[in-house]
Amino acid sequence: MTPILSVRGLTQRYGTGCRECLSLTGARRESNRCPRCGSIVACREVSFDLFPGEVLGIVGESGSGKSTVVRLLHFDEEPLAGDYRLAVADAAGTGGGNLFALSPFARRRIRNEHMGIVYQNPRLGLRMKVSAGGNIAERLLLAGWRHVGRIRERASALLQQTEVPLPRMDEPPRNFSGGMQQRVQIAKALSTRPAVLLLDEVTTGLDVSVQAKVLDLIRSLQRELGIAMLVVSHDLGVIRLLTSRTIVMRHGEIIEEGLSDQILEDPQQPYTQLLVNSVL
Amino acid sequence: MSPDTLLQVEDLAKRFVCHMQGGKEILGFEGVSFRVRQGTALALTGPSGAGKSSVLKCIYRSYLPVRGRIRYRPAEGGEIDLARASETEVLRIRRGEIGYVTQFLSVVPRVPAVDVVAEPLATGGVSLAEARRSARALLERLGIERTLWEAYPVTFSGGEKQRVNFARAVIRPPRLLLLDEPTASLDRRAMTVVIELLAEMKSRGTTMIAVFHENSPLDALMDERYRLPAKESPS
Repeated sequence: MTPILSVRGLTQRYGTGCRECLSLTGARRESNRCPRCGSIVACREVSFDLFPGEVLGIVGESGSGKSTVVRLLHFDEEPLAGDYRLAVADAAGTGGGNLFALSPFARRRIRNEHMGIVYQNPRLGLRMKVSAGGNIAERLLLAGWRHVGRIRERASALLQQTEVPLPRMDEPPRNFSGGMQQRVQIAKALSTRPAVLLLDEVTTGLDVSVQAKVLDLIRSLQRELGIAMLVVSHDLGVIRLLTSRTIVMRHGEIIEEGLSDQILEDPQQPYTQLLVNSVL
Repeated sequence: MSPDTLLQVEDLAKRFVCHMQGGKEILGFEGVSFRVRQGTALALTGPSGAGKSSVLKCIYRSYLPVRGRIRYRPAEGGEIDLARASETEVLRIRRGEIGYVTQFLSVVPRVPAVDVVAEPLATGGVSLAEARRSARALLERLGIERTLWEAYPVTFSGGEKQRVNFARAVIRPPRLLLLDEPTASLDRRAMTVVIELLAEMKSRGTTMIAVFHENSPLDALMDERYRLPAKESPS
C-alpha cells in the first residue's frame, strides 16, 4: 500500500544553533535543549507514513515535539531539515518531490486543497469575529470555490454534519461554547474534503462530557468519510478511542511505535510504561 | 510449513521488562511451538499462569514476543511472520481474517450493542441497515433481551457483555478465531448457543485456537491439544 503522507528525517530547531545541538540533545540525553548554545531541538529525525483511511496517533508529554511535527506538516513553519510527500492526485506542480522544497505559494495551495487542521486553541483555526458560516466560506474561497450559493450550501451541510445548530450559522464563534467552537473548526477543516486531517490536542481543556461528544463526532466522521487522520494527544484515552497505530515521542524523538493496543498493553520503553501506568 | 497448516508457532517466548520496578523481568512463556491445520481447532492447555492467554495475545500482536516466529498463511497465499510483520500488514490481516474473543469487553464507549456487533460487517462493505439486521438476529439467537439492543454494553452484566463480544467477533466468520475463555460467565443456555455457532463456523472452515477451563463443553469441538511447557521455577 502506498502511504498518503510520508515524512522522513523531519527536524526542527529553535534558536541560533551550534554544531553540537543534535548530538547533545534527544531522548538519550533526556533533554531537547542544547547545553552549549541553549537552542531547542523541538523534533529530530522524525519519520513515519500515514496510510489511506488510517488514524495514526502521536502521543507524548508537552515538549515532546508532537505539536511541532503537526505545525511543520501544515507548513505553519519552516523545518531545519526533512522530506515530506503527499500522494494526492493533483498535487499540482509538486512532481512527487519534497513539499518542503516548494514555493510558499505552491505550499499554501496544497494546504488549502488537501489538508485540514484542527487546533487545540480554536483561536488559531477560526476567526472569532467572523460568522461560523463565513469561516467555512473563507476556506472554500481559498480553495477556489466561487459560487456563493454553493458555498453557503456546503457550509450549512458541514455544520449540520458536525452538529452545530443551523440558526447559529451566522453567529461568530466567539459566542459559542468550547465544544461548539471545536465542531466549527472540524467543519471548516473538512470543508474542502482534504486527503489528510491533522488533529492537535483537539479535546484538551474541554469538559469531560464535551470531550466525549467531540471524540464521538470525529469517530463517526472518520468512519463515514474514510479520511486519513493524524491525531496528536497527550491523552491515552483519546489514542485508544481513535487510533489503530501509535507513535510515542519524547524529547523530540520517536522512541516507540506500534499497534495502539500493543502500545497500551505491552509498552516497551521505560517512558511509555510510565505513561501507560500513569493513567488515572 | 506443510500445505494444510494455517499457523505455525516456532520457539515463541514472551518476557516482560518492568522498567518502573527497576527492570524486573517477568517470564510470560518460552519454548512454545505448535501448529494448527486449516479448519481444525486447537486447545492450549496448562496450569493457570502458564501463559496461555499471552500466546493468543502474541498471535494477535497485542503483545510483542521476544523470540520465535508466528508463521501464518494469509488467504491470498504466501506466508507472513506475525511476530515481525509491519503493523500495517498485521492490521490488514486482523481486519480481514482474524477474530479474537476475550472474556473482557473491550468496545468503544457510547455505542449501542447492535452497532458494536454490526461494525465489523459494516466496515467490511455491507450496508449499515443490512449489518444491523444480521447483528439483531445474532443478538436474538444469543438470548440478549430486545430492550438491550440499543443500549450501551458498558452497563451490561458480565454474561451479556461476553455474548456481545462474541457476536462481534463472529458476525463475519474469520479464517482464524482466537478464543480466550469465551464462555467464562455464560449460563447453560447461552453456552449451548455459543457452542452451536462455533461448530457451524468450524464446519465452514474457520480455524480455532482456544483457551478454556477444564470440563468446558468447548472441549468437544477441539481436534488437538497443546500443553504449554512448564516454566522453570524462579531462581
